[in-house]
Amino acid sequence: MDYAATTPVAPEVLEAMAPYMTEHFGNPSSIHSFGREAKQTLEKARETIATLLEARPEEIVFTSGGSESSNLAIKGCAEAYSRKGRHIITTSVEHHASLDAVKHLSKNGFEATYLPVDRDGLVDLNALKNALRDDTILVSVIHANNEVGTIQPVKEIVEIAHEKGALVHVDSVQVVGSLPVSVRDLDIDLMSMSAHKFYGPKGMGGLYVKRGVRILPLIHGGPHEKKLRAGTQNVAGAVGMAKALELAVERMGDEVPRLTGLRDKMIEEITSRIDHVRLNGHRIKRLPNNVNVSVEYVEGEAMLLNLDLKGIAVSSGSACSSGSLEPSHVLMAMGIPYEIAHGSLRFTLGRSTTEADVEYVVSSLADIVAKLREMSPLYPSGPCKCKD
Amino acid sequence: MYSEKVMEHFSSPRNVGQISDPDGVGQVGNPVCGDIMRLSIKVEDGKIVDVKFMTFGCGAAIATSSMITEMVKGRTLDEALQISNRAVADALDGLPPAKMHCSNLAADALHKAIQDYYERSGKSADAENRRTTAG
Repeated sequence: MDYAATTPVAPEVLEAMAPYMTEHFGNPSSIHSFGREAKQTLEKARETIATLLEARPEEIVFTSGGSESSNLAIKGCAEAYSRKGRHIITTSVEHHASLDAVKHLSKNGFEATYLPVDRDGLVDLNALKNALRDDTILVSVIHANNEVGTIQPVKEIVEIAHEKGALVHVDSVQVVGSLPVSVRDLDIDLMSMSAHKFYGPKGMGGLYVKRGVRILPLIHGGPHEKKLRAGTQNVAGAVGMAKALELAVERMGDEVPRLTGLRDKMIEEITSRIDHVRLNGHRIKRLPNNVNVSVEYVEGEAMLLNLDLKGIAVSSGSACSSGSLEPSHVLMAMGIPYEIAHGSLRFTLGRSTTEADVEYVVSSLADIVAKLREMSPLYPSGPCKCKD
Repeated sequence: MYSEKVMEHFSSPRNVGQISDPDGVGQVGNPVCGDIMRLSIKVEDGKIVDVKFMTFGCGAAIATSSMITEMVKGRTLDEALQISNRAVADALDGLPPAKMHCSNLAADALHKAIQDYYERSGKSADAENRRTTAG
């Protein structure tokens, strides 16, 4: 129930990758036949990924994953266009990879605007219109939120930004491989993706860079990836990513409605069987596999650990689970009160999730919540009615 | 990240609930920081004869609450006042560093409950200590 964190490598993917770690281990930069073969394989993988996203092969840069892609997009774009302007717009619900990259820039001569979101986590398009300036070089937005699953109106965002001459980076780490994506149709300038979110290998990702959009590299050292990312390419990783995306797109027709059905069943079951529960994120405009709820009067980590004892892996937006003293910045930005944010849980379904799994999880959760509420001094109808 | 002892107390917490006619109640924490502990005690002859807790919080908060109830049952008030948050954490074989501040409040709740007992009974801590040590 934590497939948004990561997914297992699909058997077909592993099979496709294996030869490129053993027999065909050539370095794509070598001129000899082993190198040329590796280069061909790498370019074939790039082409496959590009085709599936309606991009051109030369528009795909291989990276080590989502965080690197977002950093490369944001910092690389800021540096390349710093003469044009130094203003960047992003949202208050970004993944930390983007958020911290923007924060870094704002300490180094750039100015950042963080757009607010509504209670469902949707970006305020009017705020975007008002925030855009002549010196705005980039708008960076998370395609679908990794915590609450809310899907942003990317097309509208791109239109508004382009009208003002700003480029758009979309962090599509949770979307690529999960829902159909066409960079052409969305008219995105930069897009980050990560293979291990769609049953590909960890340590492998990509950045789409639209032809004509300039970025500068984070890693210097060689002519690899059109000088945008130095370092010997991960041929096996690229093959794995291409295969994984191919499989994901192939199965989307069946998998999206199946997951959406399970998701809706789970939301329905949780909210009907447990009182004082609310759904976080947009009810409809959400990832097909994301269920994020806040259970009042109990704390997220306590639920998470109890679920773990029953063999169920989830994540929580409570302060205790994040390792900081603050609950999730996403829930805070959505205006969810602290005490309710502390009781948030994220379930993310995957290929192997069945209806029986959903039932087991919901009934386990109901038991755990009852047990924890029994000891909660906040629960109004518990043994203690002395709510302070 | 948690010790076996923490997980053991967390999964089967001792002395959960609220004493119906308590001699002292102490509550610490707030919903904003995500941890609230309420400890109620029953005192007889300067000794804690019963103790129960109610906790809203993470694994560490629940485990420390449970642990302290075991540590103080049968102890004199003076002995109970000597127990620190650190001692509770040590008794659980330690807590992750991040939890030492936010969720390690059980001793504070206990001390508040004892203070509440003194206020209710009109006895000062010193007088009570003299009486218990003399008796």
